[in-house]
Amino acid sequence: MRFIFKTDYDQDIRLVKHSGQAFWYGLLLLVLLAAPWLLGEYVLSQLSFVLIYGVAGLGLMVLSGFTGLASIGHAAFLGVGAYTETVLTAHGWPFPLSFAVAAGLSAAVGVVVGLPALRVKGIYLAIATLSFGFIVEEVLARWESVTKGNAGITVGSPQFFGADLGSSEAFYFIALGVCLLVTLGVMNLLRSATGRAFIAIRDSEVSAQSMGIHLAGYKTLAFALSAAIVGLAGALYAHKLRFISPDQFGIAQSIDLLLLVVVGGLGFVHGAFLGAVFLITMPQLIALAKDVLPPAIGQATGLQAVVYGLVLMGFVLFEPMGLYGRWLKVRTWLQLFPFYRKGMFRRQKSYTKSERLK
Amino acid sequence: MSDDILLQARDLTVRFGGVLAVNRVSFDVKRGEVFTLIGPNGAGKTTVFNLISRIYTPTTGSIDFEGRRLTDQPPHAIAALGIARTFQNIELFENATVLQNLLIGHHIHRGTGFWSNLFFTSATRAAERAARQRAEEVIDLLDLPHYRDTLVAGLPYGKRKVVELARALCTRPKLLLLDEPSSGLNVEETEDMAFWIQDIQQELGITVLMVEHDMSLVSRVSDRVLAMNQGEVLALGTPAQVQSHLGVIEAYLGTVDDVSSLRREAA
Repeated sequence: MRFIFKTDYDQDIRLVKHSGQAFWYGLLLLVLLAAPWLLGEYVLSQLSFVLIYGVAGLGLMVLSGFTGLASIGHAAFLGVGAYTETVLTAHGWPFPLSFAVAAGLSAAVGVVVGLPALRVKGIYLAIATLSFGFIVEEVLARWESVTKGNAGITVGSPQFFGADLGSSEAFYFIALGVCLLVTLGVMNLLRSATGRAFIAIRDSEVSAQSMGIHLAGYKTLAFALSAAIVGLAGALYAHKLRFISPDQFGIAQSIDLLLLVVVGGLGFVHGAFLGAVFLITMPQLIALAKDVLPPAIGQATGLQAVVYGLVLMGFVLFEPMGLYGRWLKVRTWLQLFPFYRKGMFRRQKSYTKSERLK
Repeated sequence: MSDDILLQARDLTVRFGGVLAVNRVSFDVKRGEVFTLIGPNGAGKTTVFNLISRIYTPTTGSIDFEGRRLTDQPPHAIAALGIARTFQNIELFENATVLQNLLIGHHIHRGTGFWSNLFFTSATRAAERAARQRAEEVIDLLDLPHYRDTLVAGLPYGKRKVVELARALCTRPKLLLLDEPSSGLNVEETEDMAFWIQDIQQELGITVLMVEHDMSLVSRVSDRVLAMNQGEVLALGTPAQVQSHLGVIEAYLGTVDDVSSLRREAA
């Protein structure tokens, strides 16, 4: 068990809390940097997908996990980012610039979607975002002069002032860079006043307001930030797929994102990445399982949807804190062995429900 | 408005549909005093609190704070004016640690914006240190060091009350609204609470407006007491005056006739 003796305020403020973290995260970063030389083409491509979904998950986490606002339409922001990036790349924009515009445009759309969020809450917000998702999907399909409609559109490779960064290694490093910057930005917010305001709104709106937090302002900010991050992920997604069409940004994608944050662990930065790993490896595991399962089950259509549904229900019922929550328990068990008690993570029941404001 | 009056409520009336929750209530809170609202359940005490913290808007009437019309301010601006409150049913940020709760209390003094936070500039770092220093002072004052990094969700009820008080103090208020500070506390914890309320008034110079049922606590710490019943003011004065006021006794115990009709015929 590690005891951290606090003698300085900076110990709480620093991102890396102790030498153990420095070692493990440093090691992870080294492995990620060396991945193109260590891994084969296929695994590297999957790792790129993990990074992309990790960024998208982090975007949704900002909204759902930290600010407590539900959204079942987040694929729409992925779509806005992806199409913006596609169009700008076709005009020969360098990728840092087109990424920034994709994020900015997505944020602007996020602000518009955020407006109803100031009036509706809970399940009604979920329905509002769901219908917004349908609207965007429809717009992408109908606005044929720009998006080429349901026929889909081919995405050029990222440009950087004449250099063509189309190789999978180059793309991997772009994705890794974006992922690191976004994660750093989110963690910076979380350790300062803005992030705490988000968390305050999640836990109790009425007292957040009485502490001087402007609810409408911070909810809109959360929507914009979340949309911007998912828009960035969308830009990466477009380059990764090289061909996008509106049906990739529909309800199924939105639910995948929701699955990602719930399975990963709502309210944890780690949760977004664990969820992304889960989301990418799960289809592979299902494909492997198909070989051993009896044909009646293995060849049935919709097997993946059933498995996803069961997993989501299982997590909601048995491990609401997700994969990261499970890891916290395992870690505590190891640290305290043999003194771990079953009730350690059980929250004390609070008999009063926090009031929600309009 | 004279200088020694901090808060002035005039003819406050609130109607929820057909219910008249507060009816033409007026009172002044003087700078530096402990002013207590008492009254039976449903008297409208908490409604008055919610009017001051702008969760409700009065149907008619006005509230002035340091010469500023509170009823014209948006709800989130109240804290910045110097009014902090606690809640009857404890409204803490459950899934955050005690320290984080206190830091949220510091929100109005953050002095940094979104972009500065995003890049964690040196201004943000300095603001974080200042916020933590302030939070530590309050932690020391209210004897919370042991619970600094505990999740609020895991704290016992009595400690949550103290954390809520601490969070309100972190906003550095001029007026502190305490909604039933001793409810749910045991005798020892109530003692501590009384001691802290006196400390807050005398050492920090903060004016306290509270709703309280425990009369021993009320008479111990209050300078003036306002008794309410069914939305109306019954009596205003020192704790002793209010306690001996006939109307107040009737509101709590019923009239002499009620009592005598209940009394068993002497055999």
